[in-house]
Order: sequence, then structure tokens, then C-alpha cells
Amino acid sequence: MLTTIRDLFRFSPSFRFGSLILIVVAAFVLLSAFSPYEEDRLRRKVKRNLPPSADFVFGTTSQGQDVFWSLTFAIRNTLIISGIAVFIGRGIGVSLGMISGYLGGIFDRTAQSIVESVIVVPRLPLLILIGSILRGSLTMFTLGILIGILDWAYPSKRYRAQVLSLRERDFTHTAVFSGMGSFKIVIREHLPFIIPFLLADVISGFLFSIGIEVTLSYLGLANLDSPTIGTMIYWGNYYQSIPAGRPWVMIVPMVTAILMVLGFYLMSVGLGEYLDPRKRLVRLTAHAGEGAQDDDPRKEKDDAWAP
Amino acid sequence: MTLLKEFILPRFAQWLIVIFVGVTITFIIPRLSPVNPVTETLARMQMYQNIDPEAVQAMRATLLDLYGLEGSVLEQYVNFWKRVLKGDLGPSLASFPLSVNQLIGVSIGWTIGLLGTSILIAWTLGMTLGSLAGYYPNRWWSEGLEKSLITVYPVPYYILAFVLLMAFTFYLPIFPLIGGARGTAAFTWEYISSVLYHGFLPALSIVIGATAHRFIMAKALTTTEKSSDYVQYAQMAALPQRKILFYYVTRNTLLPQVTDLSLSLGALFGGALIAEFVFGYPGIGTTMYTAINNGDYNAIMGITLLSIVGIATASLLIDLIYPLIDPRVRYR
Repeated sequence: MLTTIRDLFRFSPSFRFGSLILIVVAAFVLLSAFSPYEEDRLRRKVKRNLPPSADFVFGTTSQGQDVFWSLTFAIRNTLIISGIAVFIGRGIGVSLGMISGYLGGIFDRTAQSIVESVIVVPRLPLLILIGSILRGSLTMFTLGILIGILDWAYPSKRYRAQVLSLRERDFTHTAVFSGMGSFKIVIREHLPFIIPFLLADVISGFLFSIGIEVTLSYLGLANLDSPTIGTMIYWGNYYQSIPAGRPWVMIVPMVTAILMVLGFYLMSVGLGEYLDPRKRLVRLTAHAGEGAQDDDPRKEKDDAWAP
Repeated sequence: MTLLKEFILPRFAQWLIVIFVGVTITFIIPRLSPVNPVTETLARMQMYQNIDPEAVQAMRATLLDLYGLEGSVLEQYVNFWKRVLKGDLGPSLASFPLSVNQLIGVSIGWTIGLLGTSILIAWTLGMTLGSLAGYYPNRWWSEGLEKSLITVYPVPYYILAFVLLMAFTFYLPIFPLIGGARGTAAFTWEYISSVLYHGFLPALSIVIGATAHRFIMAKALTTTEKSSDYVQYAQMAALPQRKILFYYVTRNTLLPQVTDLSLSLGALFGGALIAEFVFGYPGIGTTMYTAINNGDYNAIMGITLLSIVGIATASLLIDLIYPLIDPRVRYR
């Protein structure tokens, strides 16, 4: 595990860049513990509408919040929401996908029809609907749970496909013949194969949840009192910060959101390249034939019509 | 005949089941909530005035009847299907005299025009650029394209749209802030150009995001396909590169791409909620958002039903015509 991460860090530029961004993000999360303000008492603490300066690195808002320290809380809260969502979504996805792939038969067919049906249900309108019904009472945790409940269908299909192929492997038969129970086989023998895919999937889950959190908060459906990336953007928009000439109030959370998703995405690109066996093969041949490729006669012909 | 029996009928049955379960889920979820739309509406009415309690009772009964919330959940459910099968989506609760059918009819044209066009443009653009970049992975333009599109791809759509909106309506005011067109609908150059003018920015935002997605997928598929033996053979036979790429490689990567295209065209009926909301476009997404905000259950259910049927039908059609696109796929 550790050597894999080290190798990825060394050889995959996108993984390296992505994880560097995420390390900075993590530093912000840690900083939130040292904030001079309390999380729910951020307002009316500092002078209003100050541009970025040495005292206030990212300026202040029109409600007298220090944008920098709000941001530390916001990143932390957004990550908590996404973390809950990912945990629940992948939890349901992995267990359902693995069990239905392993058991097959009627259980599998029923589960698959349900999964197919859940996939066609439009998720964003449904989330907005639930969000607007629960408007007042949606806390960070319930929001996370809500996103998680709606984000398990696609992953579960992927895990099912994985287990379907694992089920036909010899070691599964050996385990069955030596009297191992289904549950034990799935947990002990199949789960380790799933873990790398789970890792990549967890990252894409974070991408999805951060996007949804920002969107729902922007529509004013999340709990607007606790600072998240989305609510920072919402309040910035609410107080017209851009027309009023205070762009830093909105630019800071937006750039943060972009960097966060970019960090996660680049990490998943690096990981995906590592996981894809065909890509690995291409990489191997590329390493083996590095010298040979330079005098490839095809190379010149390519240029003939390249735009 | 065996084809019909063993492939088409089960697939058709699956289509029915998917729609049925999907609609059931969207029917149940709002009803699980502790909030009652009738109470909500009454509370909204009584907020600024006092109403006679008896009148409130009468209103409650009328509203229950109107919302289709009379009787047990099961009865409501049966009534709902009875109505839907007749092609009637019921009256809109928020803009009452209009029916949901009319509400959808007004806005669906905008959405199909905006989304349909941008999906097709993005698909073509992404396919072409992605295939080129996958075939020539080491050129400066393909690396530059890949880096910039990979940066754009994970950005939440809302942020992308908002940045475009601010950039081109506030800092550089060359595009209109809201609306779908100016003037009354007519087949004149003035009206059509105003439609294009209003639609440009929302379309651009959708095209950027969708192109990035298509580009990444097309590039990955082309890279894999390029290592096939037949490509090497064609290269050794000195076929023109353009011909190898677009006649052979791209055609072989087309299958998953066509699936995606048809699914996104099927998803069209759900509308682009965020895009239409940010740009104030009068499409079906805006109708949906208004319906959600006003607790207009019938409109919500109507639009959701439409989008579920759209996606399920697109995936049914694509399954049925697969063998026409790719002879390697056989009905099994």
C-alpha cells in the first residue's frame, strides 16, 4: 500500500500534483482548529468589506467575517459532508454490488432492476425536492446522508461486475469446496481485490458530493448558518459582493472549490492509470522501447497533415 | 420469432419495470416527509391575514382534493397511475388554471432547443478533439488541450456557469443576463437572432463541460484502440493517417460514445436545472425549480415522469439498435 502510493507519487505527475493540492487543503482543515473565532460566531467580528491585506489575507465580508478563517471552517465542513456521503454511498454500493454479484439468481435480478430504476431517477431534482421539503432542518450530517443515499447505484454496478469475474476464478471454487461460507468468501477473498477500485471510486464520490454540496447551498437549500464552500458562495451572492466591488468574497471559495475538485480528480487520474491493466501494459512497453520509438519512421508522416 | 421472445420482450419488460419503480420512488419520497403541502399552503395564505376557521377547513378539503392527497397513500398512488395512463398529468398546483401538460408544453421547446444543440455540438467537438489527441498524444496541442480540459472537467457546473455569467454579463457586458428571447415568437430574423443571442452563454457553459467529458473519454478509447494490430497494419500499409484515424479507429470507439449520446439526449427532458436557473432561461429546468419551490407536486411528478421515461426509452432504443451500429454485437 505505502509503496504503491510512493511509486504513484514518484511516477505519476497528475497524482503528485493532485496530492500536493490536497495536502494544502488538509493544512487548511488543520488550521481551522487554531481559528481565533468560534465556528458559529464568525459574524461581526472584524471590520466589514475590507480587501485582502496583511491582516486579513483574503479580506472580509459585508457581515464582518474574516474570509480566511471562514474558509478553514468551510473546507472542513464541506469535506465532512462529502465524507459522510461517500461513506454511506460506497457502503451501500459495495455491499449490494458484492452480495448480488456473488449470490446471483433471483436476488441478483431483483437487485439489478432496483439499481436500474434508481439510476434513471433524476438525482438533482430529487435532492432539491427533499432539500426544499426539509429546508429548515437540514444539518450538515443529514445533508451528507442524503447525498450518500442517492449516490450508490452506479458504484454498485461496478462492484457487481468485479465480483462476477472474481466468482469464476479458481480460488473462489477452492474456498467453496473447502467449506467456507458465502459471507466469509466475499469479505475475506473478494474484498481485497475490490479495495483499489474502491479507492478510485471514493475519490470520484468526493468529486460528486462537493459539486452537489456547492449546488444545493447555492440554491439556498443547505443549512446556511454553518460555513461550507457552498454557503460562502451563497452569502457572497446574496449580498451582491461582485456588483458591489468585493469580488474576493466569492472568488476565494470558488477558487478553493475548483482546486479541491481538481486535486481529487488528478489523484483519481493517477490512480486510474495505475489500475487500468491496459494502460499499465502500454506503460511497460513504453519503458522497454523508449529508445526504439525515437527512430520510428511513422513519426514524420504524422506531421504531414497535423493541424 | 425467438429473437422477439428471448431478447426484445424481456428488454421491453425491463423498460416497464424500470419506469414503474422509478416513478414509484419519486412518488413515495415527497410523501415520506413530515411536511404537508396543504398545511404549508394554508400557512402561507394565513401569514399576513386572518381567515375564518371554517373557511380554512373548506380550503383544506379543496386543497386535499386538488393536490390528489385524499385517502390513503395507496389510493393516491392508484389514482395517480389511472390519471397518468390517460395522458393527464393533472392540474398545476402553483399556477392553478394551467394543467401540468400545458406547463411542460410551454417550456419543453426551449430546453430541447438549448440542450439538444449544445449536446450535439459538444459531442462532435469532444469526439473529434479527443480522437485527434489520443492518436497524437505527444503533440504540443494535444497536451495543451488535455491539460486544460482536465482542469475544466471536475469543476462543479454551477461555478463554471457563474464565472461565465459574471465575465460576460457584468465585467464585459456583451450578453443578456436573463431570458430566452426578445419580442414575440415569429419566423423573422430579428426573433431568431435574439434566441441565438440569449442562448449563447448557457449553451457555451454546457458545451464546455460536456466537451471536456467527451474529450477525456474519446482520448482514452482512442489510445487503447490505437495499440490494436489492425492500426499497425494500416500504418505499415501506408494508409493516410487521416483515413486510419477517422475511418477505422474512431469508428471502433463509437459504440460507447453513441450510447452516451443517446442517454444524454434521453436525459434532455429533465432539463438542465442549474444551467437554466443560473442564466434565467425559460426551459423545463426552471419550471421544475419553480414547482419545487412552490410545492407544486403535480408539476414535479410530471416532469420527473417525463425525464424517467426519456432516459429509460433512450436506453431501450440503444439496446435494440446496437447490432445495427456494431455488427460485433449480437442479440443474445
